[in-house]
Amino acid sequence: MTLSADTQAPDGAVEQGMTIVARTQAQMVRRRFFRHRAALAGMIVFGLVLVLAFSSIGFAGIPGWWDQSYITTGALVNQGKPTLSLSPFSIGDHPFGQDDIGVDYFAKTMRGVQQSIIVAFLVGIVATLVGAIVGAVAGYYRGRVEAVLMRVTDVMITIPVLVIAAVLGRRFGDAGVVPLGIVLGLTIWPTMARLLRGEFLSLREKEFVEAARAVGTPARRIIFRHILPNTIGVIVVSATLATANAVLLESALSFLGLGVQAPDTSLGQLINEYRTAFSTRPWLFWWPGIFIIAIALSINFIGDGLRDAFDPRQTRVRA
Amino acid sequence: MIVFIARRLVISFFVLLAATFIIYVLTAFAGDPLEDLRQDNSPQKLTKIAERSERMQLDVPVVLRYLGWLGRIVRGDLGVNRDGQALAPILSDALSATLQLVLAATVLAITVGIVIGIISALRQYSGFDYTVTFAAFICFSLPLFWVAVMLKQYVAIEFNNWLKDPVIPPVVIGALALLGGLIFGALTVGDRRRRLVAFAVGLVVSGALFTILSVTRWFADPGLGTPLILAFGLATAVGFTALAAGLQYRGPLYAALAAAVIGAICSQVLGPVLADPTWLEIGGLLLLTIAVCLGLGYALGGLQRRQAMTAATLTGVFTGAMVFLDRMLQAFAGFSASVRHRPVSTIGARTPNYQGDFWQTGLDSAGHLLLPTLALILISLATYTRFSRASMLEVMNQDYVRTARAKGLPERTVVLKHAFRNGLIPVTTMMAFDLAGVIGGAVVTENVFGWRGMGFMFTKGLQEVDPGPVMAFFIVTGTAVVVFNMIADILYAYLDPRIRLS
Repeated sequence: MTLSADTQAPDGAVEQGMTIVARTQAQMVRRRFFRHRAALAGMIVFGLVLVLAFSSIGFAGIPGWWDQSYITTGALVNQGKPTLSLSPFSIGDHPFGQDDIGVDYFAKTMRGVQQSIIVAFLVGIVATLVGAIVGAVAGYYRGRVEAVLMRVTDVMITIPVLVIAAVLGRRFGDAGVVPLGIVLGLTIWPTMARLLRGEFLSLREKEFVEAARAVGTPARRIIFRHILPNTIGVIVVSATLATANAVLLESALSFLGLGVQAPDTSLGQLINEYRTAFSTRPWLFWWPGIFIIAIALSINFIGDGLRDAFDPRQTRVRA
Repeated sequence: MIVFIARRLVISFFVLLAATFIIYVLTAFAGDPLEDLRQDNSPQKLTKIAERSERMQLDVPVVLRYLGWLGRIVRGDLGVNRDGQALAPILSDALSATLQLVLAATVLAITVGIVIGIISALRQYSGFDYTVTFAAFICFSLPLFWVAVMLKQYVAIEFNNWLKDPVIPPVVIGALALLGGLIFGALTVGDRRRRLVAFAVGLVVSGALFTILSVTRWFADPGLGTPLILAFGLATAVGFTALAAGLQYRGPLYAALAAAVIGAICSQVLGPVLADPTWLEIGGLLLLTIAVCLGLGYALGGLQRRQAMTAATLTGVFTGAMVFLDRMLQAFAGFSASVRHRPVSTIGARTPNYQGDFWQTGLDSAGHLLLPTLALILISLATYTRFSRASMLEVMNQDYVRTARAKGLPERTVVLKHAFRNGLIPVTTMMAFDLAGVIGGAVVTENVFGWRGMGFMFTKGLQEVDPGPVMAFFIVTGTAVVVFNMIADILYAYLDPRIRLS
């Protein structure tokens, strides 16, 4: 993958005044990705949200620059309406307003963003790891191993995510977002496993794999050093999309009361908590929704950019 | 083929069996089934607890309970829920509610999504394409429950308020006109001048349209009337002929136009029949329309007989749908008054104890279906648009499409006959998967809109730690997933002979 190609330019091209730059696969992917404007915008937005959420109220005991916490109540100012105004620009004491018992809603939303992002990333990582390993092993070894693994995958796919999430969510809901993220990741890996198995099935028949096998390379090395790097595009893209879906999945579960539990909060949980307050305090409803959309949309765009970068065939038309 | 189906069925049976066991055990461990009774302070508390424990066999280990459930299922007995109600009627009610909710949404999403996807593929890198792509991404990223609450506020509550005095404010008319102009402009191909002209035309047309609608207070007492039906019918006749046969042939064009004219005449003549029809009569009229149109196409089609029959039938059915819509809209004023001017409702499947004729009850269900259908469409519309766009682009790059162009076929034939049919193959299989998922109901949508369908039954069962309803739900959805997956595979192999089932 990172083989540096220092090829000599053909003579004809130099005579015509063209310069030829040799680029590695990784360089080409990076170039294509950074030319994808939507993906770049998505990356910037996601970075901003990430920095805002983790720096403002602090994380894991480290204090942030925002002076109010997402737990302590305060006196309701102006019925808790948002003090954020754009012209003239001012933030005020409670830019996102306050909830019905006077908790600063900016801090609360930021806490929700943190939790939702942590769950989404855990889901993405766990699902990708498990799915990739199962798919790789099934696709490489074929035969009985594949049959067993794929039947297990089928069983997992037929069980509704809600059942597993509800049961384990109740067990681990109080324990915080980390177990929830891991559990959700353990329920949605089958998609990745199926995808990767397909890739392995076609790659294992290629000559370079045969060559590696002929010189006696151990199976583990073939899987991880020879085949897996060739599927990196598929893995990265579907991991990104799984993460984007996980944001929505977590918020839907929390909305149904099956995800993050009450004293702690997440974006879906916030919407669930204040769904009846929409006519009286609409801002309690707007902010978490806007952040869910911003996070999911930016990750989706990053995924789209990665897909184009890894597989440029899909975008160009030869007409 | 038969070997393939048999093998798949056997494997799927064991997969389902394993899944039922896991789900049963997980549901049984989901919490405490007696939780609500433990907080009960009535004197019968202990009897109630004993009764429910007895009914749910809580003293028996979970594995044995599962085996008992399996034994009953094999004999076709779904059992009872924890309150002792038989599950079979509950399941059938839930299934019919869900199908009512989801079928319309799915069919609409599929048709509209495929059309938009294909247009945006044919106009790749146009303004329209970028807009559709962006909109699709937004739809992918929308939390469904959030959209649902928004819809409740803006489409139901505020729209109902607005309907009391349906005057569109000038600013809104301006915005709508601008939108119309942008759509026209984005869809036009050509240089800047042609696009600007299209933009201006779109601007003026939509501006005038909404002004007229506002001034005449059309929304208070809507309807189409025969002249409009005729105009729309003739326009669709031309459109469908252009698609099915090309406009240079007279036969198909005359057949389609005749179908439109007959439809418009029927809207005048059929008054008494359509006063209070039944669904059976509507179905009969539909069949009659198709028969008449096929006859028209056969008689007038000339050499393009087959294309003429297609064009005439499509036009006839469309015009018939317009007549139907017209009658429905005419019933709107009366219906609106009978539900205290709140025609768009936010909860449930129908107004309790509502009495009315065919059109009014139809409007009542439409008013209840509107919001959940909108919410559901948003997501699946985006999926279908993206998918059919990608598939269409893939096909348009194939060599056989280039060959078709090179041998001088008209663009209509290239797109519809060579590209469209092949591009639809992957979409068909996706439809099969989608329909399987649809039967499971839309858990979140049903939750927000208080719809008592499959999703509601499932979540209620989960919350009450009652395996009965959860398993009944899974028997239906799990079987649907297995069956539809197999149908998808078979369809794929049938439509694309390069694929072999093994």
